[in-house]
Amino acid sequence: MMAAGMTAEASGLMKRAQNVRGRSLWVDAWRRLLRNRAAVASIVILAAIALVAIVAPWLSPYAYDAVDYNQISCAPAWWPGSTLCHAGPGHWLGTDSIGRDLFVRILYGARVSLAVGLVATLVSLVIGVAYGAAAGYLGGRIDSVMMRLVDILYSLPFIFFVIILMVVFHRNFYLLFIAIGAVEWLTMARIVRGQTLSIKQKEFIEAARASGVGGLGIVLRHVVPNVIGPVIVYVTLTIPAVILSESFLSFLGLGIQEPLTSWGVLIADGTNQMETAPWLLIFPAAFMAITLFCFNFIGDGLRDALDPKDR
Amino acid sequence: MTAYALRRLLGAIPTLLVIVTLSFFMMRLAPGGPFDSQRRLPPEIERNIESAYQLDRPIYEQYAGYLARLAHGDLGPSYKNKDFTVSQLIEKGLPVSIKLGLSAIALALILGVGLGVVAALRQNRLSDHALMSLAMVGITVPTFVVGPILTLIFGVYGLRLFGFDLTLPVGGWNGGAVKNMVLPVIVLALPQIAVIARLVRGSMIEALHANHVRTARAKGLPERVIVARHALQPALLPLASYLGPAIAQLVTGSLIVEQIFGLPGIGRYFVLAAINRDYTLVLGVVIFYAGFIILLNLLADLLYAALDPRVSFRA
Repeated sequence: MMAAGMTAEASGLMKRAQNVRGRSLWVDAWRRLLRNRAAVASIVILAAIALVAIVAPWLSPYAYDAVDYNQISCAPAWWPGSTLCHAGPGHWLGTDSIGRDLFVRILYGARVSLAVGLVATLVSLVIGVAYGAAAGYLGGRIDSVMMRLVDILYSLPFIFFVIILMVVFHRNFYLLFIAIGAVEWLTMARIVRGQTLSIKQKEFIEAARASGVGGLGIVLRHVVPNVIGPVIVYVTLTIPAVILSESFLSFLGLGIQEPLTSWGVLIADGTNQMETAPWLLIFPAAFMAITLFCFNFIGDGLRDALDPKDR
Repeated sequence: MTAYALRRLLGAIPTLLVIVTLSFFMMRLAPGGPFDSQRRLPPEIERNIESAYQLDRPIYEQYAGYLARLAHGDLGPSYKNKDFTVSQLIEKGLPVSIKLGLSAIALALILGVGLGVVAALRQNRLSDHALMSLAMVGITVPTFVVGPILTLIFGVYGLRLFGFDLTLPVGGWNGGAVKNMVLPVIVLALPQIAVIARLVRGSMIEALHANHVRTARAKGLPERVIVARHALQPALLPLASYLGPAIAQLVTGSLIVEQIFGLPGIGRYFVLAAINRDYTLVLGVVIFYAGFIILLNLLADLLYAALDPRVSFRA
């Protein structure tokens, strides 16, 4: 009876509709992101920094901890200002106070910063999503107790807890990753909980429950995949926040320890010598600032791309 | 309103207790004590020191003792700065930190609101975009990068403008001389200026499109009255709720700023204590900061409710 009432025009439309491939939310978001020039440029720059940070230290003739007492605090060969000495040709960005190659050290710092950013964010992601989804899904009194705890933790600038942890555990490298991640999960938990509360009311959850899926199954298979959008946006904003925290601690001398290095350590060293060797401050600071900018632009771009309100 | 404030203050007690307990036990978990040094002390001297600081008692007794003394406002002696109690050290650093923080928040409010309003009035014009890009820089680039670089420009290289010597001291407190305050206050305020400018711009644009502003325009009020009275006042409301987080960030920022410029504030004591493992001092400062931030958050909430008649205390 459908076919009987259908005009030729309508059946043609139906045919064409069958040939159109649907665009998923992700394809849509990806296209919108690619249209955002700042975000695309940031992705390219970040990828370049990450690639160089991974590859270059192997290619460079200088090890990150190779000391050269003949080239102490030497400016790069192309440095325009007056300096005590110019570094040899291989030292693109000069040498530090005990003659180590600054470029290689900056790249090692990049490795540490990016690794901290990724690992600690992953830790915060796991804790935050699990906690938020559990609180939101269980609801009621459990929810309010769990969220009250988050409020309490919020009222303290978390950095003090990390500082205490670093004081107590002797600036342990791996602990730093976990400690920062373990305090960055609060906002993530709030976001996920809010989303979960609204998703919980949807019909497909009811359908899942009716067909006999257990609580854990619902949370893992039906709730978590649906909160990914806002979570991804927040992840890209957490990574620079984590990098910042690590550098903050390292700057104060409470993070990464010599001979390993990070951008915070390099900037602290540079600050101590900026009167005689300003390049030791300028270059690490520039690398760090550029990286943070890139993450922020990507985060903004993703938010615009994933937020259906602005469509 | 008094009842609300009291209830909030009471509510802060368990929060503080959690913080004290967590910090206390984390500190005691530490391998190696504050009196470990390169040279081993004779055992009897070590025992004497430990009993003087009550470190030889069981941990729950130490905890109870600490809580009891804390209830009287006594944060105990500093382990590393002999002859000083933690309270004395905090008292010594407090005026510096307060002066720094207050100047920074004042500067941030004045400049932030001013720039935000200018940007809102010139929405989507070149000056708006320029200001907002600058704000992005202020938010993204951390204090410990801005501080040294400004010091490099104004302190080390010095700047001469129209015959004026704008060279500023690189560091030191110098009894709080204005010249010594300029750079630290600017560095501390910069991220807040940026955030406040963005916040005010957003709410100002919203207020400028509100119905009552259109009515004011229709009445033929002069633009300056419309902006200052009808748009700016509601636009400043969100600022009150930002004050709480702003203060927490100022506290964290002061750690860095006091370190960079060598100012004798609480933040500097805290960092030195953390590096030297001066447990009581670290613990004392954390508790002090936590109480301070909780109190200021409460004040910010009360201010918000006082300004916005839609908010009631009976929530």
